[in-house]
Amino acid sequence: MSPLELARLTLAGDKRACSRLISLTENEGTGYLDALKAIYPCADKAYVIGVTGPPGSGKSTLTDKLAKTLADGGKRVGIVAIDPTSPFTKGSILGDRIRMGAVSADKNVFIRSMGTRGSLGGLSKATANTLAILSAYGCDYILVETVGVGQSEIDIVRTADTTLMVMAPGLGDDIQAIKAGVMEIADVFAVNKADKDGAKKTQLEISAMLDFRMDWDFKPTVRLTVAETGDGVDGLLGDIMAHRDYLSNGGKLEKKRAYKRMSHIRDIIRDRLDRRVEELMADLAACTDAGRDPYSMSEELIRKIDLTRI
Amino acid sequence: MRPIRVLVAKPGLDGHDRGAKVLARAFRDAGMEVIYTGLRQTPEQITQAAVQEDVDVVAMSILSGAHMHLLPKVVALMKEEGVYDDTLVLGGGVIPQEDIPLLKEAGIQEIFTPGTTTEETIEYIKNNLKRDLS
Ligand SMILES: Nc1nc2c(ncn2[C@@H]2O[C@H](COP(=O)(O)OP(=O)(O)O)[C@@H](O)[C@H]2O)c(=O)[nH]1
Ligand SMILES: [Mg+2]
Repeated sequence: MSPLELARLTLAGDKRACSRLISLTENEGTGYLDALKAIYPCADKAYVIGVTGPPGSGKSTLTDKLAKTLADGGKRVGIVAIDPTSPFTKGSILGDRIRMGAVSADKNVFIRSMGTRGSLGGLSKATANTLAILSAYGCDYILVETVGVGQSEIDIVRTADTTLMVMAPGLGDDIQAIKAGVMEIADVFAVNKADKDGAKKTQLEISAMLDFRMDWDFKPTVRLTVAETGDGVDGLLGDIMAHRDYLSNGGKLEKKRAYKRMSHIRDIIRDRLDRRVEELMADLAACTDAGRDPYSMSEELIRKIDLTRI
Repeated sequence: MRPIRVLVAKPGLDGHDRGAKVLARAFRDAGMEVIYTGLRQTPEQITQAAVQEDVDVVAMSILSGAHMHLLPKVVALMKEEGVYDDTLVLGGGVIPQEDIPLLKEAGIQEIFTPGTTTEETIEYIKNNLKRDLS
């Protein structure tokens, strides 16, 4: 099937075409850009909820329950779950579906697992395009579960409309790391595993951190949840919707999405430049001349970049 | 070249997924993207995962003795969804010899019984994919 045919069928709500188009895009197969251009008018329709937080905090389980609640309410829901790709074998085990039993046979929910495939952040390079495709397919909401380590939080903020940070008691140092740097990025907090000791304490610690800042436009709520039973999930969805309402007043959502488009454009350009640089470096690999300094050599290479080949 | 995408699923009600996990790790180490769904998957869940994840291979490991019912059901559902022709459907586990021809007739392309090594399974997959990897 041609890429444009895949795009047309995806816009018509064909599940299999949608799935194929995601693969074509992820693999950067022939014609994928034409297909993405064709679906673009519908690429921004879905509301995107980012789900981040340390590994094991319950992101997948909570995503499952949030998706179920939305789907039961008649919405079409997409889930994109990202796990790390091994840099050595290039293989990966994508295991988030294990915790998504409530929606894994639901015809109104589309779950896609992705490996990071060399991307260093918590998302894969193809994530933004996958969200566009799921939106064109007709998803009202898309939940994006990040890898949940290191710098991934920065990526998700640039990708999601609302960012949910999932914490849990007993994860130790992770909480410290989160407190140190990324409190500002979450719009909504969940302290999951509230059936365990220490959940209240974690909730208080996060609230105390949030209290340090006085000038909130939208102060995040900190909700206790038990993802395994669904306790607190309705409330959490309410918190997310409250943030959505906040954004929809005074053009804040449009502004956020304009920023998102800028990031996407920047990523595309950087990626293509990067590829050209790698080509030039490959040509250079044979050069073992230690007598020449890297500064003049890079200047020489820059002159060879050739914009028509980007 | 794109990676091979494999769904490793465990249909049926038995509570062991050690074999499936060993297989999943071997596939990953061979450079594949493995979508691992865990225990007690229904044929509907397996089929939906195959469609949504756009996999090249559906590998089902089964010990419960319900293979004669569950495996053909997955094939039937995959045909309904239009993904069977592009997907290699494999079964593995403790399956009596006399059932194997019947399962193949029902559309399971190959059955791997406990003696098979993971290397053999990986070799088989690489040689029998129904779509190219370009
Ligand atoms: N006790 C308890 N365990 C939970 C809860 N939510 C998830 N878990 C368990 O925590 C583990 C990690 O969950 P998962 O959703 O995979 O976390 P992720 O790595 O953040 O996606 C699994 O064994 C879950 O069954 C909860 O609310 N309470
Ligand atoms: Mg997870």
